[in-house]
Amino acid sequence: MSFTIRSGSFVLACAVVAAIVFAGARAVGNDYVFFAGYTVLQFIVLATAWNILGGYTGYVNFGTAAFFALGAYATVFFHKFYPLPVPVLVVVSAAVSGLIGLGMGYLTLRLRGAFFSIATLALAVVLQTLVVNWNYVGGARGAYVIRPAEVPALGLPYIQYLFLIMLALAVTAIATARTVERSKLGYGFATIRDDELAAEASGVPTLKLKLIATTLSGALMGMAGAPFPYYIGYLQPSSAFALEYAVNSIAMPMIGGTTSWVGPLVGALLLGTLQQVTTVTISSAVNLLIVGVLLVGFVIIAPNGLIGLWRRLFSKR
Amino acid sequence: MLLNAVMAGLLLGGFYAAVTVGISISFGILDIVNIAHPAFIILGSYIAYMVNARFGLDPIVASIIALPAFYGLGAAIYQVYYLSFEKRGQDSLRGLAFFFGILFITEVGLVLVFGVDYRYVQASYIEQSWHVGIVDLPLRMLVPCLMSLLMLAVLQLFLTRTFTGRAIMAVAQDQLALQLMAADPIRIKRIAFAISIATTSMAGAFLIIIQPVEPSIGRDYIGRVFAICVLGGLGSLPGTLLGAMLLGIVESFTATYYGPSWAPAVSFGLLLLTLAFRPAGLLGR
Repeated sequence: MSFTIRSGSFVLACAVVAAIVFAGARAVGNDYVFFAGYTVLQFIVLATAWNILGGYTGYVNFGTAAFFALGAYATVFFHKFYPLPVPVLVVVSAAVSGLIGLGMGYLTLRLRGAFFSIATLALAVVLQTLVVNWNYVGGARGAYVIRPAEVPALGLPYIQYLFLIMLALAVTAIATARTVERSKLGYGFATIRDDELAAEASGVPTLKLKLIATTLSGALMGMAGAPFPYYIGYLQPSSAFALEYAVNSIAMPMIGGTTSWVGPLVGALLLGTLQQVTTVTISSAVNLLIVGVLLVGFVIIAPNGLIGLWRRLFSKR
Repeated sequence: MLLNAVMAGLLLGGFYAAVTVGISISFGILDIVNIAHPAFIILGSYIAYMVNARFGLDPIVASIIALPAFYGLGAAIYQVYYLSFEKRGQDSLRGLAFFFGILFITEVGLVLVFGVDYRYVQASYIEQSWHVGIVDLPLRMLVPCLMSLLMLAVLQLFLTRTFTGRAIMAVAQDQLALQLMAADPIRIKRIAFAISIATTSMAGAFLIIIQPVEPSIGRDYIGRVFAICVLGGLGSLPGTLLGAMLLGIVESFTATYYGPSWAPAVSFGLLLLTLAFRPAGLLGR
């Protein structure tokens, strides 16, 4: 693999791949491809976002669902308040989730890593309780968000439009992760992961870096949630805050490998596709069981994920 | 109403102490972030339910019979955890993911076996209630509370009066010193972790006596157990009891005056506040 491509040409390459994916999906001409593809792409965004904090700095976030749901509920709110186009909502959701991420990090990141993880779990439950008790966005009953049949300006069916947005978000997330990884920021994150005390002692502004990571990661997760109400049509707190988002967004980078942007991408593509297949062929409960077993299996047997296995095979030759 | 809310809170707190005591040992003393703890409690509930439905045995008796099995399960999990993470010195990130995976597998496994319906147990005392003056004492709450206090007392005696118990308290502080006392730290930790899982068998039985159980309610307890554990100052059993009573009362008041749908936010809110302002806990070490 060529790891020396510049950021500009990388984004260009990503855009080309994305265009091919979109053209390919249109060529199949079946709406199911877009529905399934949307879910896989959404997982790419979530896994990549999780990995910016979890993989690069080593702080485990169990609250993916919270940030995701924040994005989704920001959309529901504006859908009732003053309907905005989805790309604008994506930006709004990113801002909301990013801010919550920043606040969350500010409250807990001074503590040991484990407390941060528990606090993220706590955040998910607190936010869910707030949403359940907030009638304007549907409360416990949920909210209907009717999606238009098509987008007149682009002449696309709405699901293809959503797919396209998620595709753009996936490219954004991957490009962000890759840029962070190679920047000074990324090296700072790595020092935190390896030895936070030593990093602090050698003058790395650890708290500031960690706050950047939580904000960035939270914002990307919120972005992934923004189009979700339009995708699902009927949003309930239990579906927006589902634990499977948290599990998947941890399992995918862990299975792919957490130290580079390739890991979450590979993990999300493999696990996301596998889940689509098992949900259709077996059942959704079994598919979640598979995710759990794979997660536990990989952290025990292959701590560096598929990328780690690949590198080990490669260097032995 | 006020007095009843306080009493209900105290009874609830007694039960919460039983739920948390395992975490106080595994997380507080051993520093193992076992977020799957509540999932084992639900497992305990289901085992009490099965034995109760099949043989008509009292759920608490059933949970005592199941204690050795849970102890064994705990020992096995610690062994895997030790070999895979602690020994390699990468217990933080991957260890957390490991327990998160176990939590998820347990929950989904229970859904696959029992479905998502609520299950409950039969016992003669569940429907009864004592009245002392104007205060109601439903036995469904009182029995688990008293049993859990008993369990806490036994554990506290064990931890302070026996060699193994003291070794468990010491293992977090100085492993080398423990080795010099001719105790194997790994073995001690395994025993401690196994005990912490064994407590979930009884806590699970208490839970299903108090309320009907379905697989996903364990998640609500993740916040509670860690909130109590942190409030109580990590690894101190009297602190755990105090934290549990406090949370019980606060939750009971919230449920009485604002409605039960707000209750889950209380514990997590309290946890976030404690972490932000008083991370050493109420009785801070």
